[in-house]
Amino acid sequence: MATRQTQVAARLMMSPAVLLLLAWMIVPLSMTLWFSFQRYNLLMPGMEYFTGLDNYRYFFANPSFWAALTNTLVLVGGVLAITLIGGTLMALLLDQPMFGQGIVRLLVISPFFVMPTVSALVWQNMMMNPVYGLFSYIARVFGVQPIDWFSQVPLFSIIMIVAWQWLPFATLILLTALQSLDEEQREAAGMDGAGPIPLFFYIILPHLARALTVVMLIQTIFLLSIFAEIFVTTGGGPGTATTNLTFLIYIQSLLQFDVGLASAGGIVAVILANIVAIFLLRIVGKNLDA
Amino acid sequence: MARAVSTRRKLGFTAIAWLIALTLFFPILWTVLTSFKTEGTAIAMPPKFLFFDWTLENYFTVQERSDYFRHFTNSVISAVGSTILGLIIAIPAAWAMAFSPTKRTKDVLLWMLSTKMLPAVGVLVPIYLIFRDLRLLDTHHGLIVVLMLINLPIIVWMLYTYFREIPVDILEAARMDGASLKNEIIYVLTPMAIPGIASTMLLNIILAWNEAFWTLNLTTTRAAPLTAFIASYSSPEGLFWAKLSAASTLAIAPILIMGWFSQRQLVRGLTFGAVK
Repeated sequence: MATRQTQVAARLMMSPAVLLLLAWMIVPLSMTLWFSFQRYNLLMPGMEYFTGLDNYRYFFANPSFWAALTNTLVLVGGVLAITLIGGTLMALLLDQPMFGQGIVRLLVISPFFVMPTVSALVWQNMMMNPVYGLFSYIARVFGVQPIDWFSQVPLFSIIMIVAWQWLPFATLILLTALQSLDEEQREAAGMDGAGPIPLFFYIILPHLARALTVVMLIQTIFLLSIFAEIFVTTGGGPGTATTNLTFLIYIQSLLQFDVGLASAGGIVAVILANIVAIFLLRIVGKNLDA
Repeated sequence: MARAVSTRRKLGFTAIAWLIALTLFFPILWTVLTSFKTEGTAIAMPPKFLFFDWTLENYFTVQERSDYFRHFTNSVISAVGSTILGLIIAIPAAWAMAFSPTKRTKDVLLWMLSTKMLPAVGVLVPIYLIFRDLRLLDTHHGLIVVLMLINLPIIVWMLYTYFREIPVDILEAARMDGASLKNEIIYVLTPMAIPGIASTMLLNIILAWNEAFWTLNLTTTRAAPLTAFIASYSSPEGLFWAKLSAASTLAIAPILIMGWFSQRQLVRGLTFGAVK
C-alpha cells in the first residue's frame, strides 16, 4: 500500500511533466481562441478589435475552406485506404515462411524513417518528373504517354508519397498483431477444412480488427496535419488543388498575416482532430484497464 | 513429399516478398545511387542504374556550397537535446505513475496523450508570436523546447509501459531490507529501467529528427535542421538531383540505421500499448 509520503513524492515527480503539458495546451490554445474573435492582422498592428464570430463566418464563407476540407478528407481517406488494405496484405505476406525475412522487413519498414521533406522531393523529382522521372521512363518503355503527375493529378501524387511513408507503419503494426494470433486456432480452422479465404475472413480479420482501428485512428491524427510534403512540392497548388486545412491555415497566418482568420481555422482543425482523438483515447483507455 | 511442396511454397513467398520489398525500398536506393552521379548522368535517359562513373563530387559540393555540417549539427542538437530534456522530465513522472498509481493515474496518462493529438496548426499562430516576442525564432533552445513538448506525451507513455513491466515484488523486497527511496532508485530500479529508457530515447530521437512542421516554421538559417535544409532544394530553378540526392542520403542514413534497430519500440511507442 502506498504511504502518504510516497504519494506526495509521486505527485512531486509528476508535476513538472503535468504542468508543462498543461501550459503547452492551455496557453496557446486559449490565445488561438481569443485571436479567433478578433480582427487582427500582423500588417496592421494596433488595429485589433473584437469582431465576435466574424472570422468564423469569413472562414466558412471562403471557398478555399471547402476546397481545403475536401482535400483534407480525400488525402486522409486515400492514404488510409491504400495503407490499410496494402498493410494487411503486406502483413499476411511477411507472416509467411520465406528466406531472408529479417532483411525483407528492414526494407519494407525503411520509408517510415525517411524525413518528409526528403521523401517528398525525391518522389516529386526523381520518380514523378514528367521528362526525366523514372515513372515517365517506364511509361515510355511500355509505349504509354507519361503523365505530368503534379499538374495533372496533384492531390493523387501527394497521396502516393504519403501512402509510401505510412504503409510501413501499417504493415509493422498489423504484422505484430497477426503474430499474436493463436497458432492452434489457425490450425484447428485448417483441420476443419477452412480454405485460406474463409480463414482470412472468419479468423484473421476479426483478430486484426482492433489493430486496424488503432492504425486508422493514429494515422488519421498524423494525416490531418500533413504539411511538409505539400510545403516542398506544390505549395498548395495548382490553385487550391493540394491545399489541406493545415496548409490553408499556414497560408493565412504566416503568409497573409491574418491572425484572426487563421486562428478561427485553427480552432476548426482542433475540433476535427478531437473527434478522432475521442475514439482513439477510448480504445487506449480500455486497454489500460486490461 | 510434403516437405518438397513446402519448400516450393517458401521459394514462391520469398520471390514475391523480395520483389515487393525492393520496390518499396527502391526510391531510397535510387536516391543513394543518384548521389554518386554527375548532374548530367542523374537525368540521363534511359536512366543509368549501376554502370556510370561513380563520383563523390556531390558530397563535397553540398558541404562547400551550403554548409551541410552546420545543418547536421543543428539536427543533432535539436533531436538529442529535446529527447534528453524530455527524458529528464518524463522519467520521474512515468516512475511515479508506474509504481505509485492512484485512481487518477489512468486519466492523467490519457490526458497527456490527448495533448499529442492537438493539431499543430491549432497553436501555430500563438507559438509563432510568443517565439517572435521572446526572440526565440531560429534558436536552438526554442526549437528544443517545442520538440520536447510535442514528444513528451510519447516519452512518458513509453517509459510508463516499460516501467510497469518491472516486477513490483523486487521493489517490496528492497523496501523490506530497509532500502531508502534513493537507494531503491539507484540500485534496484535503474539497472532494470535502462533498456526501456534507451529504447524510448532511440525512438524519440528519430521522431524529433524527422519532425517537419515546427522545424520548417520556427527556423530560417541559424538553427535550421536538415528538414529545413532539404526543403531549400525545392526551388524551381534548375534540376540539382545529384546534389539533392547527396544531401538526402546524408540526412536519412543515420536515422534509417537507428530506425532498423528500433522496429519493436516503434510499435510500442506509437500505438500506446493498444497493439501488442
